Amino acid sequence: MAEFAFEPESDQVHLAPGETPREIQGKSPWQLAGRRLVRNRIAMASLGLFLLIVVLCLLAPVYAHHIAHTDPFASNISGTTVVNGKRVDIIQQGGGGLGLGETPIGPTWQTNYFVGADNSGRDVMARTLYGGRNSLEIGVSSAVLCCLIALVLGVIAGFFRRTTDAILSRTMDLIWAFPVYLLAISLATVLLTKENGLQWGPIHISSSSLWVTTTIIAIVYVPYVYRPVRGEVLSVREKEYVEASVSQGASNWRLMFAEILPNIITTVIVLLPLMIATTVLTESALSFLGIGVQPPQASWGTIIDDGQALLYTRPAVAIVPGIFIVATVLSLNVLGDGVRDALDPRAKVRVRE
Amino acid sequence: MTAFIVRRLIGLVVVLFAISVLTFLIFFAIPGVDPSRQLAGRNPDPATIAAVKHQFGLDRPLPIRYLLMMKRLFISRDLVSYGNQALKVVPTIWAATPVTFSLVFGAAVIWIVFSILLGLLAVVFKGTFIDPLIMILALIGISMPVFWLGEVVNLITQSPNRSVIWSWVPPLGYVPLTQNPWQWFLHLILPWITLSILYIGFYARVLRGSLLEVQNEDYVRTARAKGLSPRGVLVRHMLRTSLITFVSLFGLDFGVLVGGGALLTEVVFALPGVGLLTYHSLQSLDLPVIMATVLYGAFFITIMNAIVDVVYARLDPRIRPS
Repeated sequence: MAEFAFEPESDQVHLAPGETPREIQGKSPWQLAGRRLVRNRIAMASLGLFLLIVVLCLLAPVYAHHIAHTDPFASNISGTTVVNGKRVDIIQQGGGGLGLGETPIGPTWQTNYFVGADNSGRDVMARTLYGGRNSLEIGVSSAVLCCLIALVLGVIAGFFRRTTDAILSRTMDLIWAFPVYLLAISLATVLLTKENGLQWGPIHISSSSLWVTTTIIAIVYVPYVYRPVRGEVLSVREKEYVEASVSQGASNWRLMFAEILPNIITTVIVLLPLMIATTVLTESALSFLGIGVQPPQASWGTIIDDGQALLYTRPAVAIVPGIFIVATVLSLNVLGDGVRDALDPRAKVRVRE
Repeated sequence: MTAFIVRRLIGLVVVLFAISVLTFLIFFAIPGVDPSRQLAGRNPDPATIAAVKHQFGLDRPLPIRYLLMMKRLFISRDLVSYGNQALKVVPTIWAATPVTFSLVFGAAVIWIVFSILLGLLAVVFKGTFIDPLIMILALIGISMPVFWLGEVVNLITQSPNRSVIWSWVPPLGYVPLTQNPWQWFLHLILPWITLSILYIGFYARVLRGSLLEVQNEDYVRTARAKGLSPRGVLVRHMLRTSLITFVSLFGLDFGVLVGGGALLTEVVFALPGVGLLTYHSLQSLDLPVIMATVLYGAFFITIMNAIVDVVYARLDPRIRPS
């Protein structure tokens, strides 16, 4: 059924640039899309970059224990390291703007304290990798959670229409009316200050859990995915194959999730990489403001926040995590473009040029 | 048209009411949260809690508390901050709005000019290396966290051992336009650029996409056929149609930024606008101020959206519902 449902509306299949009719004969739309994506070198390179960052961050414990030999979560104010055969303090006297105060060690360009230490004498490179794990985990899981919620609500609203649609759509409009950051800030201030965490029946989330931030980010972006999903469902539910299914006595459940869902899922797949890019940026902003990931946990945003105080003496602390964010978000944006070109039927506009 | 505006106004009032209820519920009715403890800040003493309870009538039922809060916000305007009891919340927000407006307005001018320029350039030079180059730069602009970009700008222009070409850059902060226009401009030019980069990238991409979409339309072919120069077709016909989407996008983004989206830029450049106010109240968990700024932002955005709808309906009669 699914293959049948994917047949394009017109009897003509559109070619992507550089494709010959022979090449796409007898291929399902999924195969075609996959093929186009794999042949898009820029998209593949950005996918590679994204996976590289993911792997690097997953290897954070290996880096900390076996390469840097530091504990990025323990302060090391009185520690020392060896640079060019000489033993030096990690927190050094002087070195500030006026040669006063204490300054953490700068980049050593060696395995130990590769890009220097923060104010507590912790290895910034190791912290950046550990922070990346949290940033990516929150980014990916909140984007997925957001798309799932939006998908279910969008399908229900578009399928049942009338009152159900009115209630859901007005609720979404209401969330939409809030500035993303302000809604996230409101939720975060209230949720993060609850001393005993959240308790919903058997589910308990402590207030320092990453799930608080993940859920907040997922909720504030639901309307952005909900709207296109609902629109697609409204048009797809009028198609002949849905009518055919109705005539066979299919239940609402079956119509929604076996007939309509597979035909609108591309909308969400196209949006997913772009959503992850957005949620990674949002997470870093919330953590930068102190209402995302809570210490002792780190994320790219909290490390940039730590680096603000050291900006003019040890700029690497704020710069390095930022470079990781830019690389991650850029690779996801380029990948998102490639996925859209491969899947979105509007790509046919391009062929006409 | 009048009927449309009236209907839109009624919708606006309903949404504003719903927003105020939702904001109130987030701050005061999520189960398990004791608002008085929250309002009194971290580690309050029992006397403060009692005072707060009395001041907000927290022993009253929820709808009454909502009405009391709205009265304090909009009618008597005497809601006070808990970090500093002498600080009246509503006048403080009013005093901060010119800063936010200055920041967003200047950035908007920059991003409109440059995004139209880059979007047109990309279309004119389609097929050469310039188009992909512009689009890659635009993507990089979209991918940078604005607070990080701001820190990089500060590192370059504010550092004690900065290069002499940055010696004209004043220290971080804000000078009102009415006090010294030139200093106002100098203090804001770098924040403007920082804030606008994301939007330049985004709008240039949107404009290029929409220009490429209309280039196969019949009216464009007609314009070419009647012998208009390529530049004339591009600017007079294609750009004009594409600007309809552009205008409505702009209205929404402008609203979001004035309503609180410029928060991160204000924090990094120490501009005392509504965003910085929110940030400082976040640090001290000053809930009345946070709630008031959130309401201010949501109200502004909703009103802005309504204006955009009306303008859009004037520009494009097709979407005017009868």
